[in-house]
Amino acid sequence: MPLSGKQFTDLIPQLQSICGKTNVIYHADELRVYECDAYTLEKMPPDAVVLPGNTSEVEAVIKLCRDRNLAIIPRGSGTSLSGGVLAVDGGVVIGLSRMNRILDVDFRNRRALVEAGCINVHVTQAVQSEGYLYAPDPSSQFACTIGGNVATNSGGPHTLKYGVTTNHVLGMEMVLPDGETVWLGTQPGGPEDIDGCDLRGAAIGSEGMFGIVTRVLLRLIKAPQSCKTMLGIFESVDDAASAVSDIIAAGIIPAALEMMDQLIIQAVEEAYKFGFPLDAGAVLIIELDGQTTGLSSLTDQIQDICRNKQAREVRIAASKEERALIWKCRKRAFGAIGRLSPNYLTQDGVVPRSRIPEMMKFIKQTAEKYQLRIPNVFHAGDGNIHPLILFDEKDKDQVKRAIQAGHDILGKCIDFGGSISGEHGIGVEKVDFMSRQFSPEDLEAMMKLRKTFDPDMRCNPDKCFPSASRCIDFTLKKQISA
Amino acid sequence: MSDRVEIDPFLDANQLTACVHCGLCLGACPTYLETGNENDSPRGRLYLMKGFLEQTIALTAKSVSHMDCCLGCRACETACPSGVKYGALLEDTRDHIEAHYKRSWFQWFLRRIVIEKFFPIPTRMKWLLAPAFLIRALKLEGCLPTYFRNALSLIPKKLESAPPLAEITGAVGEAKGKVGFIDGCVMNVMFQKTNYSTVQLLRHMEYDVVTPSSQGCCGALFSHGGNLKQARDSARRNIAAFEKLDLDTIIINAAGCGSTLKEYGHLLSLDPDWQKRAEAFSAKIKDLSEFLMEDDHFEKLKRLQKNEKTSGLDLAGNVTYHDACHLAHPQSITQQPRELIRNFCGDRFVELPESEICCGSAGSYNLTEPEMAGKLQTRKTRNILSTGAKTVITTNPGCLLQIRAGLNQSGNAPLRVGHLADWLWEQIDPTN
Repeated sequence: MPLSGKQFTDLIPQLQSICGKTNVIYHADELRVYECDAYTLEKMPPDAVVLPGNTSEVEAVIKLCRDRNLAIIPRGSGTSLSGGVLAVDGGVVIGLSRMNRILDVDFRNRRALVEAGCINVHVTQAVQSEGYLYAPDPSSQFACTIGGNVATNSGGPHTLKYGVTTNHVLGMEMVLPDGETVWLGTQPGGPEDIDGCDLRGAAIGSEGMFGIVTRVLLRLIKAPQSCKTMLGIFESVDDAASAVSDIIAAGIIPAALEMMDQLIIQAVEEAYKFGFPLDAGAVLIIELDGQTTGLSSLTDQIQDICRNKQAREVRIAASKEERALIWKCRKRAFGAIGRLSPNYLTQDGVVPRSRIPEMMKFIKQTAEKYQLRIPNVFHAGDGNIHPLILFDEKDKDQVKRAIQAGHDILGKCIDFGGSISGEHGIGVEKVDFMSRQFSPEDLEAMMKLRKTFDPDMRCNPDKCFPSASRCIDFTLKKQISA
Repeated sequence: MSDRVEIDPFLDANQLTACVHCGLCLGACPTYLETGNENDSPRGRLYLMKGFLEQTIALTAKSVSHMDCCLGCRACETACPSGVKYGALLEDTRDHIEAHYKRSWFQWFLRRIVIEKFFPIPTRMKWLLAPAFLIRALKLEGCLPTYFRNALSLIPKKLESAPPLAEITGAVGEAKGKVGFIDGCVMNVMFQKTNYSTVQLLRHMEYDVVTPSSQGCCGALFSHGGNLKQARDSARRNIAAFEKLDLDTIIINAAGCGSTLKEYGHLLSLDPDWQKRAEAFSAKIKDLSEFLMEDDHFEKLKRLQKNEKTSGLDLAGNVTYHDACHLAHPQSITQQPRELIRNFCGDRFVELPESEICCGSAGSYNLTEPEMAGKLQTRKTRNILSTGAKTVITTNPGCLLQIRAGLNQSGNAPLRVGHLADWLWEQIDPTN
């Protein structure tokens, strides 16, 4: 529950003495921006936001909150698409934005030690001159933090070949909800393989419920010698989807394999003027990388596959700049939606690759059923769909229909043997679906693991697990169930 | 025109709803990178603007401080996938703040008198500089409070003078046309030599260069500081000065002015008598680097390039380039200056890390918000030193002063900080 006046006036000076006066945000006007992240359907401002500057300040804040039995909510850049950092019941948000430094780069061992608030793309920018990169590249990489990536086990277009966050995090420092600091996994300077249970692996993807990650040891990879970025232009989503299946079936693993449908092509074209054909049914972005020798025969093979699936054209990016523009279009596609509609709700379900055509048909039917527009831009290579359900929050009926359409789509993902989230996390948004995807026994086992780290369930509460108590105004959902 | 025109509501609410809260602007915002406070990020400031508009957030020292802390660098516009016109929203909000929020006497004096009454008028600007040079000559800097000492550090040791610009400067050889030139206010006092170099470059591209004396400040100092009425007056004066001259192109060499000049159409969008004229004027404005990469100008420049061996040019040391915010973001000009530099120094060109992050100058920001300006100056200096370059090139007077002062303070004065026009002119100047 939100703090009473006395509790509040007491708390603030103590937080200020830990982190400094300017690093504690508590005035209602200034808390407003913290009422939600990039998921805007549910809002609730926290009681306070603190911006610690190092691990010992994080520790001190957590101990203070432990003694006062207050919820703690970690926040990076607030780019979660599932309400992953919503202060559902108030509490203290611990913002890692000031802990954004790259502490050490060890090229010899291909590692970088960074603070949790370090922005994803800053890692690659810091090492690219030496020919290295940090592989997971979520579309929000220009803003999202490594800490947030760890919490959600983020993916990105290039995870098809390189793997997701867990494949690139060697170890991390975490402050547990009781204020104790532990290191999980490989220590900086330590060996790659360590004995015992992989607690590092368990904590990655735990959506901030196990503790607050403060430092992360990342794996760097050598940037590929060369890459070829192709645009396959198709008349229909069906054709593009079956080309995707054929490419994978041919034994080719592209670095990235992304699909954009007609509506999203139109939005992106308006935003970035790339020259996408506005009448195409779907566009595939196919990227190959590796040793220069060998790439051209694979390129030919992919072009043949696309043509066999009635591709109108397969374009190859002619320059580094053209490739950069293609990726800019893809990675900033979500935001470009602002040009089509004031609000959107995005889903993050996963289906087996072979069922993409059926899923896309279902999404189209859903759009018609609820009289909404639903553009799609997604990681076709791994079956991770991102339907963007457009609505206007001022139209309450449209909001209801949007939420219901999202639920129908997630339900279908489960029916198809897929899952409800590929990379955005469950957050508050998909809580109600957990019991559809998992048996009570599964959920109980997960809860046991969570309670091992956070017995009082104060760390990022009310996320992920269905029985979560929520006292925020869920009028929207109530309206639907009514 | 009458006094302040109150527009109600003071900004377009539809523009605010274009923000979809994705947060992609955060990583691009220099002030957010420094404070980590989302109220100092574009997303947070849009929340505050919305609050001011709906009157759910009052204009208090706290809420206004986050708006004051904004550099207006507009890096967020480049990052924003949704096309939020942040710069325009900021100008409208600042105009509203200045009309309804009471400043301290010091800030009032700084904003209303020094910045608005002295800077835009070259003769007054010179008066302002006189005591500064006197203090320096008498070596009394140490007696000044920190604020004034820092402000003084921005003023160059010596102003490089150049012959005054005539109303019309003839082309070298047969003129193939004529272009207008905006000589600016701060540029005109502090960077006469840069204006001279610019005109020389244009002459060598075979243009007559027209510099009407009836022009004045572009209005950027006013529109960025929350005085839209005076910004509009400045715009009208410049439009009138140029529109009778029958020019196709008008050249500007200062990034900050360029972006304002290109947006006169928006600035006067609610003035039916001037709106069309403003748009026509804005369409003619070109940054020098943009113009030099058009038509056959680049080829001509290359032909004029001096022989490296006999030129006496200092060819030692790498060259780097700092993106002036108002060139890179509102004008999207990032490649042209690089191509020009690369052409003359080839492999000696090195990229500057965080080149697109503001140096803290931001017009008059380093005077109104010295603390944040200082932090960004230190950040810029650190990045410049990491390149090992001997020369830093940029395209805006404020950046030149700020970066020079930063390098001086760090004890790295020998690094050369120059305007692109001066550097280019040196590469081809036959008399040098």
